Amino acid sequence: MSRIRAAIVGIGETDYVRGSERSAVDWMLEAGTAAIADAGLARKDIDGLIPPPAYTTAEELAANLGIEDLRFASTVHMGGASPIAAIGHAARAIEAGAARHILVTVGWNGYSAMRPKPGSRRRDRLSLAALERTVRDFYMPYGVISAAQMYAWIMTRYKLLYAIPDEAAGAVALACRKHAQLNSRAVMRGRELTMAQYLSARWISEPFRLFDCCLETDGACAVVVSSAERGRDLRRPTVAVLGAAEGHPYPADDVPSRPDLLRIGLHWAAPRALAQAGVRAEDADFLGLYDCFTYTVLLQIEALGLCGPGEAAGFVKNGRIELGGDMPVNTHGGLLSQAHVWGMNHVVEAVRQLRGEAGAAQVEGARLGIVTGWGDLGDGSVAVLGRT
Amino acid sequence: MSDRPLPQPDDDLDAAFWQHCAREELRFQRCGNCGTWRHLPRLRCASCGSGEFAWERSSGRGRVYSWTVTHQSPIPAFAPRLPFAALVVELEEGVRMVAGLAEADVRELRLDLPVEVVFERVGADAALPSFRPRRAS
Repeated sequence: MSRIRAAIVGIGETDYVRGSERSAVDWMLEAGTAAIADAGLARKDIDGLIPPPAYTTAEELAANLGIEDLRFASTVHMGGASPIAAIGHAARAIEAGAARHILVTVGWNGYSAMRPKPGSRRRDRLSLAALERTVRDFYMPYGVISAAQMYAWIMTRYKLLYAIPDEAAGAVALACRKHAQLNSRAVMRGRELTMAQYLSARWISEPFRLFDCCLETDGACAVVVSSAERGRDLRRPTVAVLGAAEGHPYPADDVPSRPDLLRIGLHWAAPRALAQAGVRAEDADFLGLYDCFTYTVLLQIEALGLCGPGEAAGFVKNGRIELGGDMPVNTHGGLLSQAHVWGMNHVVEAVRQLRGEAGAAQVEGARLGIVTGWGDLGDGSVAVLGRT
Repeated sequence: MSDRPLPQPDDDLDAAFWQHCAREELRFQRCGNCGTWRHLPRLRCASCGSGEFAWERSSGRGRVYSWTVTHQSPIPAFAPRLPFAALVVELEEGVRMVAGLAEADVRELRLDLPVEVVFERVGADAALPSFRPRRAS
C-alpha cells in the first residue's frame, strides 16, 4: 500500500477591504465555512484545526463551527510564514492518520486593527510572541518596531553587496500590480502602476519606498487539507501537497547577530520541500512568493535556487515574472496588490491555477506550483503543490 | 521626547547589558569556557554550551554592517528625528548590535564605515550606545 498523500480539497476566501467593523474570528469563520462547502464537506466532518498564531483559538473556532470531536489542533508561530508552514503540519497529520479533514485558516484586520476607532473594543492586537523581548529590549530604543525596518537591515546589505538596481524591486511591484488588474478581489484593481510612479514614491524605511511595501487589509482565507484518496470522492478537483517544509534563519529571534544576514529561512526550507516533491524550482509553472516587500521576493527567488546569489535582479527582467513570461509570480496580485492575508491568499490562488479556475489570470496547462511564506524575522515556509 | 521608548527589560541578562550602558560602558557577554563573545545576551554559549560568562568591556570600535534610514516612523516619539538611521554595527570583538548614528548625516553611511561608540544620555538612569564615524586624527 502506498503512503497516504495529503491534498488541498477546499478553498475559501472573503472579500478584502480596507476598513471594517468585523472581528478577525468572524472573517475566519466566513472563509472557513466557504472552504468546507467548496470541499463538499459538512462542518462536522472537520476534525482538525490550525488557526493562526493570533486573534482566535482552535477552541473558539471549534465551538463556532460545531466540531464536537476535535482530534488534532495545532498552531504555527512563524508570523507570515505560519499559514504555509501550517499546510505542511496539516499534511504531516493527515499522512500520519491523526485527522481526516483539517481546516487551516488565517484572517485579521490588518487595516482596521492599526486604526482603532475611539471606544472600540477590539481584541485583535498582534502579539510579537517570540520576538517581543528582542524588539522591546534592543530595537525599540532606536526607533525600530516595524517589519519594514527590520527587513531593511537585510535588504540594505543585499542591495549594496550585489548592486541591485531599484528597477529590480520595481519589476516585482509592477508584476503584482499588473496581475491585480485581472482579479476581482484585488484591492488595487483599477489602479495601475508605472515604473516612474514606483521610483518617485516616498521612502518608508530605506531601501523600501511606498510601493515596495505590501497592503494592509482586512479579510480571511481558509483551506481544507485531507488525503488525496478521500479528496477524489469530494466535490472539487484535488491539489496534492507534493512537498512542504519550513526553515528558520539562525538565530531566528535576532537579525543583526546572524553569521550571514542574507541567509533566510527559505534557504533551509526550499531544498527539503523540493527533494520531498522530487522536483526543481524551475519545473514550476507559476510561483506564489510571500511579497510583504518587493525585495523579499528577490531574495526568495534566489533561496528557491532559481538563480544564484545576487542574480534575482536579472531573473525578473523583461516580464519574466509576469503572466505570459516563463515564471509568473503572484498571479492574483499578491500581498502587494491583492490583499495581505498572511500569504494564505497565495495558496488559494495556487489551488485555482492548478484546478484551471484562475480565469483571466490562468497559466495555461498549469500542473505544478510553488508557494512560499516569510514571517517574523525571516522565517520561511514552502509548499510544492501539484494537479492530481 | 518624553515618550521615547527606553529599555525596560524584564529579563535579567538584558537588564545587566543596559545597566552597563547607563554607566557608559559597552560590555558584552564572553564565554568563561571558550572565550566566544556574544550578543544578544543568552543563557548559554552557542559554541560550547557553557553557562559560565563574564561581562567584558568592548573596545567600542567597529564597522557599519548594515542600516536603514526611516522616513515614516511607526513610533510617534521618533517623528522629530526623521529621517533617522538605525545601524547594525559589527564590533571588533565580532558581535553585532543595533544602534543609532551620532555626529554624522545619514548620507555618510556606507558598508564597513569605521565607527566608535558614544553614549546618548536619555535620563538619569539610562544611556544608549550610538556610533559616530571614526575621523582620521
